[in-house]
Amino acid sequence: MALFSAAGLAASRGGRRLFQGVGFALEPGDALVLVGPNGSGKSSLLRLLAGFGRPTAGIIAWDDGDIRADLDEYRGRIQILGHADAVKPALRVGELLAFWIALAGAAATPGRVDAALAAVGLERLRETPCRFLSAGQKRRLALARLAAYDRPLWLLDEPSVGLDTASIASLAGMIAEHRERGGMVVLSTHQDLGLADARTLSLADYPAVETGDQDWWAA
Amino acid sequence: MATTFNLHRFANPARFMRLTDVVLPWLSAAAVASLAIGLVMAFRAPPDYQQGETVRIMFIHVPAAMMGMMCYACMAVASAAALIWRHPLADVAAQAAAPLGAGFTLLCLVTGSLWGAPMWGTWWVWDARLTSVLILFFLYLGYIALANAFDDPERGARAAAILSLVGVINLPIIHFSVNWWNTLHQPASIVRMGGPTIDPSILHPLLIMALAFQFIFLALWILRTRTALVRAKIDTLRQRAAAASGVDRG
Amino acid sequence: MNAFVALVHRDLRLAFRQGGDGLMAVLFFVLAASLFPFGIGPEPQLLARVAAGIIWVTALLAALLALDRLFQTDWEDGTLEQLALSALPLELVVLAKCLAHWLVTGVPLILATIPVAVLLNLDLHELPMLLLSLLLGTPILSLIGGVGAALTLGARRGGVLLSLLVLPLEIPVLIFGVAGADAVLAGRESQAQFLLLAGMLAAALPLCPFAAAAGLRQALE
Repeated sequence: MALFSAAGLAASRGGRRLFQGVGFALEPGDALVLVGPNGSGKSSLLRLLAGFGRPTAGIIAWDDGDIRADLDEYRGRIQILGHADAVKPALRVGELLAFWIALAGAAATPGRVDAALAAVGLERLRETPCRFLSAGQKRRLALARLAAYDRPLWLLDEPSVGLDTASIASLAGMIAEHRERGGMVVLSTHQDLGLADARTLSLADYPAVETGDQDWWAA
Repeated sequence: MATTFNLHRFANPARFMRLTDVVLPWLSAAAVASLAIGLVMAFRAPPDYQQGETVRIMFIHVPAAMMGMMCYACMAVASAAALIWRHPLADVAAQAAAPLGAGFTLLCLVTGSLWGAPMWGTWWVWDARLTSVLILFFLYLGYIALANAFDDPERGARAAAILSLVGVINLPIIHFSVNWWNTLHQPASIVRMGGPTIDPSILHPLLIMALAFQFIFLALWILRTRTALVRAKIDTLRQRAAAASGVDRG
Repeated sequence: MNAFVALVHRDLRLAFRQGGDGLMAVLFFVLAASLFPFGIGPEPQLLARVAAGIIWVTALLAALLALDRLFQTDWEDGTLEQLALSALPLELVVLAKCLAHWLVTGVPLILATIPVAVLLNLDLHELPMLLLSLLLGTPILSLIGGVGAALTLGARRGGVLLSLLVLPLEIPVLIFGVAGADAVLAGRESQAQFLLLAGMLAAALPLCPFAAAAGLRQALE
């Protein structure tokens, strides 16, 4: 009875089957690393896990209940980091983070904002407009959101892209800390982040087979 | 634009094809027969003492107006089914109905204008009913444009389905407001088509024509749905062929 | 509630910092309205009779200008996904963004109506009624526009398509808005029109965010 699990997941994109039969089970403190070649469906799987889109088969469950039963409640438990950083050039670094904290339903106190910025080494840029940030700094600001408020499940799509070695180390530190607090993380990466006893799921092991089902389409 | 859908989501349309294989010829025959009878009756009906021969335009105009509205109802029901049960056949059916509805409303507008030229002395009058039909025509155009505006046809189908339901809520409001606006600006002195009482000599051909239009709509709707399904099937086969050749080379 | 205020606040901040949208709408409104005397002739009586209609139609078009970007930028930079994960239901996200849109474009349009009314020789007795009708009507335009913006998210030619979808749906607002303002001219009671406008606003407040949120969910899939 795992807290977060998936079974028999299959997905397709643009009419092409990506993978099928994917399953895993995570307990508090677990980490799952998704690997696979480009186009194997890592991003699609992460989006499915976040409740965006429906799998063509299979089930995703939180505490043994289908996440689709109450998607809003489930989404209150997760944090996602996608390819886009969701950084607004016109806002200041501190304003943006305070906005995200308020939107998550937490109190956006200055101390909280500072602590989250410090976690990614951006504390001195608090009043800087985001349009002055480099790509790496924008990425770190997006990571600061993870530290800014507490959600038990992190879904990270290529979190290390655009980060320097030091930032990757602090990302690994944030993930370790999150897991110590009982958090779970599912992430895709091409890079070894050095996560302690993380499980690996290779999507190449779940190739989609055109079943040649007896449907009207194939006839 | 071809209606292609993610094939994995498709319920098996074979049953629909089998069923309509049987039904479609009968429906088409019924449409042709009732249209022929209706037209003969329409031309045999006595000319109206006020409107003269032009009254015959009504035999096309009124059924077209009815079908314009009924098409929207069919489209909305199919859209609701597509949104609630995610039945892909419903998506295809909703999109197949839209151009038919647009055609019927356009026919209604054109015949209305033709009727109006001798009766009102002008090709267009902002009569409450005609105005409502004109807005309905715009709604159809918006629906068709939205359904075809996405690179992912499935997304277009969903957006258009939501739009058609928004339209259902809005149509009565539009109808009411246009009526109200019309009485505000034009005292009800205009000769309206079809008075409070209709003589049987007019009513009977009208009913037959209404029936004929129903059959025409149903037959065309089924035909369009079948065409869309076959198109999607062709796309699917092409996609598979492309995928297969890719594997061979890799 | 906090999150709602934070979202409205952010949108207002973005609008003021990046400037433009509200100001552009107002400029368009003033310019387009002042084209009419060139088109239909400058006779004061004629202008006075059609002024309310011109103002309503141009305000309606001006309110459409910035609509296609209502969700677009948030969608492109990944913010919309974060909004979907926030403590706010998507319906309230839509409502907050429509409110911000109204504050940024609707309110300036209402204020700009006063000079435009003077230009078009509107009867000054009619002006308060016109302003009231715009006050009730422009929020409905923002709400209906929100539905259109959500449905056309990611579409090709989003802006033009949006107008095509939204304009027919806005006709009732136009009818009762103009009628409410013009009733004074004709010496009629205008209470019914304003009640109907208020009723439409009351209906649009829950229904439009509901439909728009459904559209956003589809866009996020």
